[in-house]
Amino acid sequence: MKIPDVLIPPPLKRPHKPGTDRSPNGGDPLAPLKEAPADLIGWLDERTGGGSFLTGMLYRKVPKGTNWFYTLGSATLFAFVVQAVTGVFLAMYYDPSPTQAYASVTHLTNDVFLGEFVRGMHKWGASVMIILVYLHMARTFIFGAYKYPRELNWIIGVTLLILTMIMGFTGYLLPFDQRSFWATVVGVNINGTGPFIGPYLSDFLRAGAEFNGSTLPRFYAIHMLIVPGLIIALIGAHLYLVVKLGTTAPPWLHPKRTKATVREERV
Amino acid sequence: MADAADKTNGQTGEALSKPEPAGYFEGESMSRRRALTIAAQAVGGVAGAIIVLPAVGFAVAPIFKKPDEIWESVGPTSRFSADTYKPVVFTLVEGIGEAGKTTAFVRQGSKKYDESPSSYVAISTRCAHLGCPVNFVAAAGSFVCPCHGGVYDFQGKVIGGPPVRPLDRFQTRVVKGQVQLGPRYSVTSQLDPVRYRDPGEYTGGAWNYIYPPRPDTPPAP
Repeated sequence: MKIPDVLIPPPLKRPHKPGTDRSPNGGDPLAPLKEAPADLIGWLDERTGGGSFLTGMLYRKVPKGTNWFYTLGSATLFAFVVQAVTGVFLAMYYDPSPTQAYASVTHLTNDVFLGEFVRGMHKWGASVMIILVYLHMARTFIFGAYKYPRELNWIIGVTLLILTMIMGFTGYLLPFDQRSFWATVVGVNINGTGPFIGPYLSDFLRAGAEFNGSTLPRFYAIHMLIVPGLIIALIGAHLYLVVKLGTTAPPWLHPKRTKATVREERV
Repeated sequence: MADAADKTNGQTGEALSKPEPAGYFEGESMSRRRALTIAAQAVGGVAGAIIVLPAVGFAVAPIFKKPDEIWESVGPTSRFSADTYKPVVFTLVEGIGEAGKTTAFVRQGSKKYDESPSSYVAISTRCAHLGCPVNFVAAAGSFVCPCHGGVYDFQGKVIGGPPVRPLDRFQTRVVKGQVQLGPRYSVTSQLDPVRYRDPGEYTGGAWNYIYPPRPDTPPAP
């Protein structure tokens, strides 16, 4: 009995006799399939030009001395992605009505399959993200990576820090237990202590003079729609500037002083 | 004259009268491209405003919404005495269940504090520091806040901790033998009523302007 040609691994195949005819695929009937991914990518690249963009981004040069501290930004991005994905799935079960919120959170934690795990990821991931944001910021500050020409990226980063804090503040209310309720009361009233605009700010946050039926939906909308949209847009700008300007070398590495650079410094 | 001739490289007359910059037809004060650019930007601006203005108004409107004036009975007049407070629970905001309820401490007016014995005093439990719920400790005759240690005397005046003004009060009235609580108001350190303020905001004197009241809060009694 003859074994089908397809099942024989190439190294074990009998070599073609010299001079005999070969099929167009070198005798491999799977060859078109094997090339399908490359063909698909080629099709996309031809129509988007995305290949050169990705190559330029992924294979860009990084300075000598780049080390693990430079991964804190990517780690923060990953933490944000975790928050976004788990948040989307939590939104499938969460009900932002003041009378139903606590029950819906209890339900998704205790009854829904893996609910406790997904909620735990969102809850603990929030703290992880805040910590990573601060470590990333500390790295940027200590390495002097905020200096010319990267000041704008520092400003965008600070805006992202504030938005992350707003996420923490608005998300804290959503479980709607005693702790989150009173923490929000205190937090809103802290906003109210600002002179002149404070009273209007606290009214804006509460949607009225007292904690009322619109407060929780308002916090929910800020938490899951407004601020995440801003964060995604600003992360895009942040990454664009990182790719465009490149990263800095660590401060303990100095560029070699060649004749040309010395002349430049004098000018 | 010699300078002008130098600048035009020796040419005069026709060279200067050419339309400048290029693209302008004779007699036009604006090129067609520029006019269309301005028109397109204006249309885009109007379209953007149509989206943004209602959205912002929608979000900001609650600041200017007049709160409902709710009067709620909390018990017969015989329930309250002048020498101590009785806690009453009543609904401050309707439609949100337990979260809309609040506690107030109510007593009869006392001549000791220059009050009419037929009046009733209702002290809000909302701490004037940051809004945590204070409790009346009968043994000490004072209100104590669990969050940051604010302490108030029997009349609600600050005697310790971070609060910036005395405890808020609710308007009271007696209807058919029942004590009713109405809108909240704030007081100054001399217990003069002022319009309702959020916790953490000073009252009295210039503070009334530094922390403006809500546009639609009811006037103080």
